[in-house]
Amino acid sequence: MAPIEVLKQVSDVIWEIPTSYKAGMRVPARLYGTEKLIRELDDAVYDQITNVATLPGITKYALCMPDGHFGYGFPIGGVAAMDIEQGGVISPGGIGFDINCGMRLVTTNLTYKDVKPHLKELVDKLYDRVPAGVGSTGFVKLARNDFRKVVEQGAQWCINNGYGWEDDLEFMEEQGCIKGADASKISEKAIDRGVHQIGTLGSGNHYLEIQVAKRENVFDNVLAKQMGITKSDQVVIMFHCGSRGFGHQVATDYLLRFLKVMDSKYGIKILDRELACAPFDSPEGQAYFAAMKCGINMSFANRQVILHRIREVFSQVFGQSAEDLGMQLVYDVSHNTAKLEKHFVDGKERSLLVHRKGATRAFAPEMADLPERYKETGQPVIIGGSMETGSYLLTGVATGDQTFYSTAHGSGRSMSRTKARKMWRGDVLQKQMQQRGIYVRSTSYSGLAEEAGGAYKDVDEVIEAAELAGISQRVAKLTPIGNIKG
Amino acid sequence: MPYEFLEEVATADIAFHAWGTTLEEVFKAAGDAVMNTMIENLDAIALSQTRTFNLEEDALDLLLFNFLQEFVYYKDSELLLLRTRQVQIEEQASIYHLSATTQGEQLDRDRHHQRVDVKAITLHQFELKKTDTGWSTQVILDI
Repeated sequence: MAPIEVLKQVSDVIWEIPTSYKAGMRVPARLYGTEKLIRELDDAVYDQITNVATLPGITKYALCMPDGHFGYGFPIGGVAAMDIEQGGVISPGGIGFDINCGMRLVTTNLTYKDVKPHLKELVDKLYDRVPAGVGSTGFVKLARNDFRKVVEQGAQWCINNGYGWEDDLEFMEEQGCIKGADASKISEKAIDRGVHQIGTLGSGNHYLEIQVAKRENVFDNVLAKQMGITKSDQVVIMFHCGSRGFGHQVATDYLLRFLKVMDSKYGIKILDRELACAPFDSPEGQAYFAAMKCGINMSFANRQVILHRIREVFSQVFGQSAEDLGMQLVYDVSHNTAKLEKHFVDGKERSLLVHRKGATRAFAPEMADLPERYKETGQPVIIGGSMETGSYLLTGVATGDQTFYSTAHGSGRSMSRTKARKMWRGDVLQKQMQQRGIYVRSTSYSGLAEEAGGAYKDVDEVIEAAELAGISQRVAKLTPIGNIKG
Repeated sequence: MPYEFLEEVATADIAFHAWGTTLEEVFKAAGDAVMNTMIENLDAIALSQTRTFNLEEDALDLLLFNFLQEFVYYKDSELLLLRTRQVQIEEQASIYHLSATTQGEQLDRDRHHQRVDVKAITLHQFELKKTDTGWSTQVILDI
């Protein structure tokens, strides 16, 4: 049980660890969550988030979102904004190996009644068309030089090559292509690992899900309508994946590179080697920033190709074009990134490198980078819950400035994979879920068991905590009916 | 099986402890633990293709880190599932040199039962240490 007595309670859902907790902390740490969530938190989070608080340039607080849990380097749910004019660092351990792992939500104009008779066919076809599991490869065959273009151009490359609609780009962070990606900063090994993987889901907690927005689960009709959820029992598609082996290798390459120079060249001492870092404005820091952006773009491209495949499958099954089926991209969110953003700190505008690791950007209404459609609503935030309990669509709010406009990214695990696979059996779980109206396919029964709903926190409580804290607002809860697990 | 998966370390990721009486044994065991995280039935991997790893590092634990990373690399780049046949570690002028012969085959979805994909080896709580009986390591894998 976590040592809750060391915390200073700031509000019902904000808890502070003072700098006196550990030598070297430059700022306090703040944990978000209801008392129940905080009491259930892994002890390791205390250690990890206070290690983050020692990093050079960290501004205001080391933050942990309500879905936070044991990570590596940063906890999952960790947010840290580094002031680049005050020696702020960039750290792969604050982003995660899966650079720009993120979520997409796509609408349809179909209802549950329309989809139910075709559910099995849809899931089976999606399972065939969107490869998942260990080391899977996609259908886009690329020469290495073309892959370099993909990682520099992101989703724009996909649109240019016929995988999607021009206006999809508007509904992605960075419009699907972050500027400054430089393929000369990535290794041949990273290309070897990623070149065949565009259009693949991956494994672990990555998934593709068909969901229903039930009337009683829409919390704000105006916001929901602006985000494309307009009718009762409307069917939507949500998926979760990242930059695959390419991003993982980029992060690994620079983790090792930073370890070699961090102390010897820059005199930075850290409490966990997974927090290896370099000053943002150093040659090494800038090289990683440009390489990491290639990972961001690979991930945008990966999700774009998957979106294209999903549209093809729905179109084939319903005998209508994806346009006629209303298959609009609601938004694409990133939850493993470091981005250079302007934020007001104590009344002064500062340039901050905001690390979000298992945390979602949640920009408030009227902020830059939001498409016209969401200027009034705020940024759609897509929260992937467990495959049994449901997911959420949220929006960013003005009071999110307290977390540099960041919120949760998922339900948050509460049990280890190794323990979960002993508690549940994948084949039994699959049958039980089918009886409850959720048709699930997976490349792995043990992988499925590890993803059981019981291995996760209560997603409703996590989202309630985020709303009470004023870092995001609920729009709708989305419940699963079909799922492909990697 | 000189390794075990740990229930109480890591949540979304997978942690293991591996051991051996010699350095070579612990490297071999840890390599199998990485592969066993991805494939349940290691015995189903036919040893029909060979890959050689030649690595060097100034720290022994980072040599292990790089060694384990190779299994993840070949799984993605060539879809190869590899197991260690032979490994040799030597120290020369404060640099550790590793030479390993690994064998395996390409992933076959029908014969190889998947568990979860390994994204990366992490350095969080990464440890390689000498014990009374030999060597031991703890590793957290990013899933």
